[in-house]
Parts: sequence; C-alpha cells; structure tokens
Amino acid sequence: MTYKVQLPVFEGPLDLLLHLIKKDEINIYDIPIAKITDQYIEHLEVMQLLDLEIAGEFILMAATLMHIKSKMLLPAEDKEEEAPEEADPREELVRRLLEYKRFKEAAGGLKDMGARQRDSFTRLPGAEAPAAEGVESGFEASLFDLITAFGKVLKEIPKDRFHEVIKDEFTVSGKIHDILHMLVEKQTMLFSELFKNTRMRGEVVSIFLAILELVKLREIIVKQSAPFEEIEITRNPEWQKK
Amino acid sequence: MIKKVIEALLFVSEKPVTTDEIKQVLDGMEEEKIKEAINELREDYEKQERSFAVVELAGGYQIITKPEFAPWVSKLFKRDELKLSNPSLETLAIIAYRQPLTRSEMEKIRGVNVEGVLKTLLDKGMVKIRGRKDAPGRPITYGTTEAFLKRFGLGGLEQLPKLRDFTEHDLEFDKEDEKLKIRVKKGADENAPDKEPA
Repeated sequence: MTYKVQLPVFEGPLDLLLHLIKKDEINIYDIPIAKITDQYIEHLEVMQLLDLEIAGEFILMAATLMHIKSKMLLPAEDKEEEAPEEADPREELVRRLLEYKRFKEAAGGLKDMGARQRDSFTRLPGAEAPAAEGVESGFEASLFDLITAFGKVLKEIPKDRFHEVIKDEFTVSGKIHDILHMLVEKQTMLFSELFKNTRMRGEVVSIFLAILELVKLREIIVKQSAPFEEIEITRNPEWQKK
Repeated sequence: MIKKVIEALLFVSEKPVTTDEIKQVLDGMEEEKIKEAINELREDYEKQERSFAVVELAGGYQIITKPEFAPWVSKLFKRDELKLSNPSLETLAIIAYRQPLTRSEMEKIRGVNVEGVLKTLLDKGMVKIRGRKDAPGRPITYGTTEAFLKRFGLGGLEQLPKLRDFTEHDLEFDKEDEKLKIRVKKGADENAPDKEPA
C-alpha cells in the first residue's frame, strides 16, 4: 500500500504569477496572457509531480487565465466607438496583482526592519544565557524559484521511449546521503550540478525532495546570489557545530 | 536635571519606558518638556557618537545598541530571532496596514487560504484578535500586537513606511530600483506638507 502525503503550499497563485512576470521581465500592464497561461499550467504540473498540495485557488486562477485568454481572442464589438467601458479583460487581474505586490513589498520592508531590530540589543531581563551565534542562515530562494529550476531539469531528461519496469532504486533517504557526501568534498554546489548525471524522472524527483528535506532539517542552505540566478547549495554552518 | 533622570530610567529599564511613567516619576511634569528632554538626550548620544541610542519603541522609549555593533554583541548575547516565512511576512504586512480586518479580507488580497500562516502569527504573538466585524456571521477581526511593534522597531503603527502606490508610470516593472526609491520619497514628501518649510 502506498501513502500519498501532500505537502502544503502557503504561497498562492498570485505569487506564482508575479514570479513568472518577474522572471521574464514582463510589463505587468501588458501581460501576454497566452504565454503566461502556458507557463502557469506548466508550473502547476511540476507541483503536482512533487505531490505539493495544489490549493483550489490555483485551479481557479488557471480557469481565470483561460477565461481572459478566450475573451481576448474575441473581436471587440463596435470598434469605431472605442467604448471606454469595454475594459481590457486583464484589468481586474492586473489590479489584484498590483495590490498584492504592494503588500509583498511591504513585507520586504518589514523583513529589513526586523533584521535591523534584531541587531539592536536592549538591556536583558536578568541573567540571560549567553549564546553561541552562527552565521546568517535562511531559505533565500523562494518556492517558485525551486520549482522553476526543477522544471528546467525535468525538461532536460530524455523522454523514455520504451516501457521499462524498473526497480525503485532511488530513495529520498539515499539521495540525502549522497548530497551530504558531495557537500563534504565540495563546500558549495550548484543546483544543476546535482542533477548532472540523472536520466530518470524518479531519480530527479528523489533528489529534489532530498533537497527540500535537507532544507527543512536545516542541514543545508539554499541561496541565490541574485533573483533568477543559479541556485547554490551549501552546508548550514550552524548545523556542523552541533 | 530632567534629562539625567530620564537617562537613568531608560538605563535601567528592560522594556520601553512610556512618557506616562516618566511623568509619574517627575511629579506630573508636562509631556512637552519630557519629550524635549528625550530629544536632547538623543542628540547628545548622536553628537558623542555612542554605540547606543535612544529610540521610540511600542509607545515608549528605550536605549538600544546600534546595529553596527551586533557582530560583537551577538558573540556574548542572544539575538531575538524571529524566523518568518515569506507567506507569513506578507500576511503580517497585510494585517499591519489594514487592521482590523477579517481572515477572508486577508485571503482576498493574498489570493490563497491564510489559515496556516495566521496561526503561526498568532502563536508568535505578532497578531491578536481585535474584535468582530459588523457583518453577516460577525467574523473575527485581527490586528497586530505590541510585541510586533517592538520586534520591528516601531514606535507606533503610524511609523510604518507608506505603502507604495502604483501608477501608470510604473511601466518598468521591478527594474530600476533606484527610480522607485526616488518616487517613493517624493510621494512621502507630498503627503507631509505641514512639515515642509513654506
């Protein structure tokens, strides 16, 4: 019997859309709906493959995108009049994206303020246990960065042409072991390096899940030097101290 | 003298000292004078280039060490770590700017269920229940806590940076950060005309 465990995703469809828009430097006021819809659905498929729980909101957004796409294909009525009430079908979506983006930016502001405050010490209540402090750690790459990177790797595996029955030889725990081993030899590894010699979907998925698990266990740190750069993987220095 | 008394109070206190508390200590001294003295104290430290400063925090005043000394201070003392995921931070931002608001109002902006992140924020004491909305079903409304102000170095909610407004000129999406900053600054000035010298 197999158990399917679905991992919850707290990011929403607007997050994914903003990620896609930013990735391709798309003008938010003139979104190429057909292209974005394809990419959006592609990302949902990858999420499904990873057993990430796809909330109903994601499906609803896919439907909304397709609805807008179909509306835009229809010829506009009364072209001569250029009726101003005939709004761009994308308008409502753009408004929501912008509204959400404002708060996403505000969240970035809060993050900076929090970091500053964290570095401001106040008088301590009584005797506080002194602590050893490690280097800054954190999950710097976003979930959708990982999914985009993962989608890229998937596309590069050759398509299986024959039906093969293969023993399930790739396990997540096995891959965790492998990754940690590789990180002993090398301090930093690129995300793509981990997938260099993979040929099967199953193996790719195992490696990806192993990375997520290691992040969760705080054994490794996943970072990007800049948005949409290659994702780097390093050992969490805090972990080594334990 | 008042300045020295306030300095002594701030020096020993583990939490922000409010003007009310200082007023009590100084036998009902006018708030104006207290604030003046605090400002003087703040300027003194600034002039002397001290490693600490007087800041307004959660409705009171406190002496804190400057962030640039954190690399050394943190070797001996624990930092107040608050790890929040991006979805949690976003939800917190929505609550901070729009409070009091209901869960469904948050979900409308984020476009996804916020039950999980809201629970995290409640557990970490950043958010609390404010009351109920006068609407069908009388849904619960949420707001930020004093711990939130302290944790993010805010004297009060009015000190939250202004939310950026998007206009038609924002065609270059997320490209030139510098430009955006300038525009934000301009916007802030326009909104505080009474502070501008005529």
